[in-house]
Formats: sequence, C-alpha cells, structure tokens
Amino acid sequence: MSNVPADLKYTKSHEWVRMEDDGTVTVGITEHAQDLLGDMVFVEVPEVGRTLEAAEACAVVESVKAASDVYSPLAGEVTASNEALADSPETVNQDPFGAGWLMRIKPSDPGELDQLLDAAGYEAHLAAEEH
Amino acid sequence: MPFIPHTDAEVRDMLQAIGVQSIEDLFDEIPAELRSKPLQAIPEGLSEMEVTQLMTARARQDGTPLSFLGAGAYEHHIPAAVWEITTRGEFYTAYTPYQAEASQGTLQLLYEYQTMMSGLNGLAVSNASLYDGASALAEAVLMAVRANRTSKSRRVLIPRTVHPHYRKTVRTLVGNQGIELEELDYDRVGGHIDPASLPETPEEFAALVIPQPNFFGVLEEVDALTDWAHDRGALVIAAVNPTALALLAPPGQWGATGVDIACGEGQPLGIPLSSGGPYFGFLCCRQEHVRQMPGRIIGRTVDVDGKTGFTLTLQAREQHIRRSKATSNICTNQGLMVTASTIYMALMGAEGLERVAAASHANARSLVQRLSALDGVAPEFDRPTFHEAVMRFDAPLADIERSLTVRNVLGGYSLGADYPELENCLLVCATETKTEGDIASYVDLLGQILTKRRDAKCPVQPKM
Repeated sequence: MSNVPADLKYTKSHEWVRMEDDGTVTVGITEHAQDLLGDMVFVEVPEVGRTLEAAEACAVVESVKAASDVYSPLAGEVTASNEALADSPETVNQDPFGAGWLMRIKPSDPGELDQLLDAAGYEAHLAAEEH
Repeated sequence: MPFIPHTDAEVRDMLQAIGVQSIEDLFDEIPAELRSKPLQAIPEGLSEMEVTQLMTARARQDGTPLSFLGAGAYEHHIPAAVWEITTRGEFYTAYTPYQAEASQGTLQLLYEYQTMMSGLNGLAVSNASLYDGASALAEAVLMAVRANRTSKSRRVLIPRTVHPHYRKTVRTLVGNQGIELEELDYDRVGGHIDPASLPETPEEFAALVIPQPNFFGVLEEVDALTDWAHDRGALVIAAVNPTALALLAPPGQWGATGVDIACGEGQPLGIPLSSGGPYFGFLCCRQEHVRQMPGRIIGRTVDVDGKTGFTLTLQAREQHIRRSKATSNICTNQGLMVTASTIYMALMGAEGLERVAAASHANARSLVQRLSALDGVAPEFDRPTFHEAVMRFDAPLADIERSLTVRNVLGGYSLGADYPELENCLLVCATETKTEGDIASYVDLLGQILTKRRDAKCPVQPKM
C-alpha cells in the first residue's frame, strides 16, 4: 500500500490537496498515481491566472507509459505553477507530496474542500479499485 | 482478387461461434438514420486493364505543353537517380512502416529528412511530413492557437497574399473549430503586406501567417512582419517555398527571434507535377512548441547495447495515446514522397539547391523583362520577386490563353477568378527548366498573338 499522508485531502482521480495558511490550496498527484504511471518524462502545468472549474483537465503528466490529464479538485484561480517540473519531471516520481507539487489554486468556494476525500476515504477508494 | 484473408466458411464459423446470423447483424445497434447510404454516383468497379487504359487516356489529356505555370506547384528538374532509388524494393511501400524493430532504414531516412528540413527552415524541429502544403498550413494554424500561452485569442490573421487554395483549405479544416480567420489586404503597388499599413494596437490575435515568397511571387518584408506580431503577443507562422529558402533567410532567422512555426509544400523537392498529387507538406517549429506539433516525429537514440537506432518519439501528442486530446488526427506521413525528396536534397546538396533557386530566379527575371518589352504587357507590382511575377495585359486574358493553348503553351495562372481586382493579370513562372530559347519562343508567340489582335480591329469581321 502506498503512502497516503493523513493531513491531505484527495480526489478519486488521484490528485491530492493541501490547505495552505494563505487560503490557497496546493495540488499534486498521489504517490499511487505516479507509481501507476511510471517514470515521468514531461509535465505540463497550467498558466498562472487561469480560472478552473472543478474536475476540469488542467495539467498533463506524461510518463514512459502514458499521458494523463490531471483534473482540478475544485473551482478557483491558479496562483502558482511548479515551472521547475519542465526541466525535472522526475521530481513527481521522487517527491509527489512535496517538491513534485503541480499548482496552487485560490478556491472560489472553500466549502468545496469538504466534498473531497480524507486519507481514510482515499485508502478505501484505492482498496476498492484493486478489486 | 479480394484482399480479404477469410473464406466464407470461416466467416460462417465465426458468426456461429458468437451467435449471430450475418455480418450485418453486428451493426444493428447503430440506428438506421446514422448509417451511410450506398453511394449512388459511384460507378461499378473496373478491372486493372480498364483502369490502366482510363488513366493513360487521362494522362494524355495533360499533354506536354511548354509551361510557365507555377501558382503553388513547380516544374523542376528531377535527377533520374531520385525515383530510381525511391522505387527500390527496400523503400517502395504503399504505407510507411514505423516498427523500430523492422524498419530502421525507413526511420533513418525520415530522421535525415527531418534534419534537412530543420536546416533549411532554421528551426529546431521538423515532423516526418503531412499531406500537402495547404493542410500543413491548416495544422500550423491549429498548432499556433494551442501553443500561444500569452493570448487566449482564437483569431488568426492570414494575408490575401497567401495562396487562395491554402486559405480555402485552412477555412475548411479550422472553420468549425472555433477559430476566426481574418484576411489582411495587400498593397496594390508592391503586391505585398505593407508593415506600415498594420494597426499599432490591433484587436488581440493568436497568430499571423507570413507567406514567403507570397502567391504573387513577391517577397514579403518578413522581418518587420514577424516583429510586429511578436510584439503584440502573437505567434508567427511562415508559409514558405522550400527551394526559395536556399537563397532567402530561413524563417528561424526572421525578425529579432525568428518565427514559431514554418510550413509549406514539399513538391518542388523532387516530386513530379503528376496532375496535382500526391505531394507532401512540411512542418517545422521551435523546440518549445514541439509538444503541440502534429504528425509523426522520428528520434535518434541508442539501444540496450549502446548502438545508434531510430524510433518514433513524442508519441503522447498523437491520437493512439491521447485520443480526443491529440494534437491532430493525422497519424502518418507522406512516406514515399518524403523518400524521394530526401534523396533529391541529398543529391543536390546545399550548393545544388542554391543553384536551382538562383537559376530559377534569373530565368524569371529574364521572362519578366522580355514580357514587359511587349506592347500592352506590364508588371503589376514593383517589389522584388523570386521565380514568379504578375503581368497585367491590356486585352482579355481568356482570348490570349486560348491562342496560347492552341500552340501548346501554358502561359501562366489567370488571377481574375481569385482576385477580381486582378482581372487580365497573369501569374507567370520560370524555373531552372526553362532555357533562353523557351522564354524567347513564349514571348515571341505572345507578341504575335497580341499584334494579330490589334490588327484584327478592322471594320470587316475576319471570315472564320
């Protein structure tokens, strides 16, 4: 079973969300997701200032196996993108919950956070997906 | 012989195994109104012999005129070795084989092609080719709109000096994809897009197309146009003649930073005119836009033993991986045409191609000079040209063209239908294939036709 930090929120499409002190949230893909995809060769992050709908495809992670969309966990505006991934996409494999973050979003409705999975809910989702 | 491997008995066995009566039953889920109707206008099939006879008769209709017609397809000398090598069994296939484990020769050739096209255009990347010049421009427009991260605009500026067929094709392919095409008018004296006529603060746009040379053969002020678009957050697409690039600055060097995308028709590089096709399109771009590029790209790499090998690369752009989000639905290239043009470029070398371009330019100048000496014929524009130019006639062009055809001469491309303001204007072309004698006989013939027309203006109608 892969690492599922307890202090994060999750989506069924394998994104994680961390609430920051300044009211924004940081978004990345889970350790499980990067493990399934394999070695990353390219990551495309959204432009700062872009307005996102919940569940909108907003980033692309391309591995040696596949290219996958990353979906925005909630509606809001992109306030930062991890441009460093352009030169070192492998960071997503090495540190998915840390330096491998993808974007920061200012949620338009912070209440949407409550609809995301907690760690236990995501672990249950992973267990269900294995069957 | 039908190229279907299954016998009727095998088909029956398979249908029985899955419990259906006929192949037709497999499609019963599709509502009747969505099924295509039989094609009424399509005649019955013909035998190989009948097809050969029909096509031979059609080919004969082209004749072998002395041609000064260009307008997008150009008669150049093709060394005999080009098609001798292209049609060898190792290269000659109907469909490009891409399997790295079985097709290293084909893949290496495509890689060499990409390297040559990158060099010719002065840009970092080339794909393995597209269908033709017009569809390559349409793909370039789609690509530019996707790749522009500064502007969300879906407006693309396309000058009227771009080939009219290309503009039509672009409209057909991108018109229903939410892209707005806006035409820019040209300067009536120069026959080019005058940078000074462009607005200082135009409505936001995603990209500007710059033809070089343009459809009139005229050279555009590519540096000023490139910088004008870049300064306003737009990308720049060059639509270029590859032969001309042997003499002119490559698109990668236009303006302060070079264009973003270059495309064009590959036919001048060793492909015969063949009544209009097959030809091939080329597409090159800056490194930063490669993931928005459509089409196949071959890469060079090393195998497990460290030996050099070639393989398809950056496939996550393509529809077999990205499905509806692919950069294009084109998943192949014009492999055989590209084979011929790679061999053509290799045989000519940079110096040979430059000599072709220089000879074409010199012949076109000579043609324009001689035509201008005729009464009632004058160049329409005053800007420098490559190997084509627009000549205005003070008589109805249709009559003159009819007289030329009778004498087995194709005088050029009549512009009135595409450009109403250029009624009685003829786009003439001379490549390296035209001798001084060819040019002299065309001009003499035209002179005779024009003189006869003037003399015929007598009160008595000539008896037919």
